[in-house]
Amino acid sequence: MTTTTKPTAPVVAAPARRTGAGALALRQGRLEITQFLRSRESVVFTMGFPIIMILIFAAIFSDEIAPGVSYTQYFITGMIATGLMTVSFQNLGIWIPIERDRGVLKRYRGTPMPKWVWFAGKVIMVVVIGVAETALLLAVSVALFDLDLPQTAAKWLTFGWVAVLGVTACTLCGIAISSLARTARSGSAVVTPVALVLQFISGVFFVFTSLPTWMQQVAAIFPLKWMCQGLRSVFLPDSFGAQEPGGSFELGTVALVLGAWCVIGLILCLTTFRWTTRRDG
Amino acid sequence: MDQQLAISVRGLRKTYGDNVAVAGVDLDVHRGEVFALLGPNGAGKTTTVEILEGYRHRDAGEVRVLGVDPARPDAAWRSKVGIVLQGTGEFDELTVGEVVRHFSGFYPDADDPAKVVERVGLGAKAKARTHTLSGGQKRRLDVALGIIGRPELLFLDEPTTGFDPEARREFWELIRDLAAAGTTIVLTTHYLDEAEALADRVGVIAAGRVVEVAPPNMLGNRQEALATVSWRNPDGTPGSAQTATPTALVYDLAARFGGEVPGLTVTRPTLEDVYLRMIGH
Repeated sequence: MTTTTKPTAPVVAAPARRTGAGALALRQGRLEITQFLRSRESVVFTMGFPIIMILIFAAIFSDEIAPGVSYTQYFITGMIATGLMTVSFQNLGIWIPIERDRGVLKRYRGTPMPKWVWFAGKVIMVVVIGVAETALLLAVSVALFDLDLPQTAAKWLTFGWVAVLGVTACTLCGIAISSLARTARSGSAVVTPVALVLQFISGVFFVFTSLPTWMQQVAAIFPLKWMCQGLRSVFLPDSFGAQEPGGSFELGTVALVLGAWCVIGLILCLTTFRWTTRRDG
Repeated sequence: MDQQLAISVRGLRKTYGDNVAVAGVDLDVHRGEVFALLGPNGAGKTTTVEILEGYRHRDAGEVRVLGVDPARPDAAWRSKVGIVLQGTGEFDELTVGEVVRHFSGFYPDADDPAKVVERVGLGAKAKARTHTLSGGQKRRLDVALGIIGRPELLFLDEPTTGFDPEARREFWELIRDLAAAGTTIVLTTHYLDEAEALADRVGVIAAGRVVEVAPPNMLGNRQEALATVSWRNPDGTPGSAQTATPTALVYDLAARFGGEVPGLTVTRPTLEDVYLRMIGH
C-alpha cells in the first residue's frame, strides 16, 4: 500500500516528493485492474466469453480436422485471438465512452496527472487481463480437450510477438474508436458489430479457407485475420501452412499488417482522442 | 501582474456557433478571498469557470489564474488548483477511501487521504463503494478530490445542489475552514443565501456579462436602499412606509403608540430582490 504521508524532513524530501512517473503508471494500472475485476459484466463477458465459446465449439466439433489434429487445436487460435481482441478493442471501446460520459476522464484532466499515465493504466490493465484470460483459456483447453501446447521455444516466441503486436493494435484501435461514441450507451453499439463481423470473416468461427474468397480479402485488411493466422502457425503442424490462402503462414506479412495497424491506431488516438463529451465543448 | 490577484480576467469572450456564452467578462479575484459567481442557468457561469480551470478554450480576452494562462495548463499549475466540477466523474467500482488515496498520488504535497475523507464528513463511508453513496455524499467525495492536493485556489461549481439544509450548513463550515486556512475559493451558485453566507464578494453574471461585483450586503447599493417599516394600526389595518431614516420613524411610532409598536418590522431589499432586478426580472 502506498500511503502518502507528509515527509518528516521536508527540506531533504522536497525534490522527491512527487510519486515517480513509473510508479504513477503502475498505480493507475492497478486501479484499472481493480475496477475491471469488480465489474461483474466485464469479467463475465470479457474473460468468460472465449472460454464459453471453446466449450461450445469443442462440443460441436469433437472430431479431427486432419489425422491426429483435433478441431480444438484449430479453433483455439481463433478463440485466443478473439479473447485478446475482446479484452483490448471491445473492452476499451465500450468502457472509455462510459467513463467519458460519467466525467471520469474530465476529472483526471483536472489533476496534475500526466496524460500518458492514464493511457499506460489502460494498457497495463489490457495486458494483465489478456495474459490471465489467455492462460485460463489454454488451461481449460489442455485439461478438457487435450490441446497440444507449442513444443519449441521458437513457437512460443511467435506466440509472444503475435499476441503483443495484436493486442497493441487492438488497444490503440479500441481507444481510437471510443471517440466515435457520443454517449455512454453507444459504445457497445459502435464496437460490437465491428467485432462480430470481424470474427465471422476472419476465421474465428469457421475454417478460414472455407470462407468465400472476397470475404477472405476483406478480412485481410484488418488485424484479427492476421492474429489468427499467426497463432495457427503456433498451434498447428507446420504442414498446415500450405493450406493457408498464401500457401504459407506468412509470418512476415502478419508482422507487417499488425505493425501497420499499430501505427494507424496510434495516429487515430493522437488526432481524435477526446477527454470530454461533445456537449462539454 | 499583480501578485495579490489569484485570478485576473479582461474581455473574456466565448461563443458556440451563434450563441454568445460569455460576452466580455472582466473579473479580479484576490488571493485568500471567497468569491461567488451568481447567475441564472445559461448566464455563462460554468463556461467562464471552465475556461479558468483550463478545460475550455476562450475566443478572446486576457486570463491569468495564479499567474498562468489556463489555456496552457502544466502539472505545477494543476497541483495548485483544486476543481469540484458540476457533472461528476464517478468510480462505481471503487470505495471512497480508494478513490481519494489514488488521487492523492497525483499531487506533490497531498493531504492525508484518511483525514480528508473525515473532513468532508465521509469517515463512516470510507469503505463503501461510491455507487452506494447518496447524491449529497457523492458531492462530498467530489469536494474531497478537489482539496486532496491542498490547492491554493479551489473552484466549486454549484457545490451544494441537492444537499439537505443540514448538509449545506456542514458544507459551509468546511468552506469557511478552508478559507480561514488561506485557500482562495471561487464558487458558482444560484443559492443566494449561500453566496451571502460564504462570499467576501459576489459577482453577478447575466447574459454572459458581469453586471456587478460587490460584497453581498452592498450589492445593488442594498445598504443605501430605502427601508420599509411596517406595523399594525390600532384599528387592525396594516401600516407601512418607505424611508431613508427608519430609526427616526420607529422613534415617532413608539411615541405615537406610547411604547411597543404592534407588528413592527424594518426591512431592506433582500439579496434576492436586488439580484432579480439585476438579472432583469
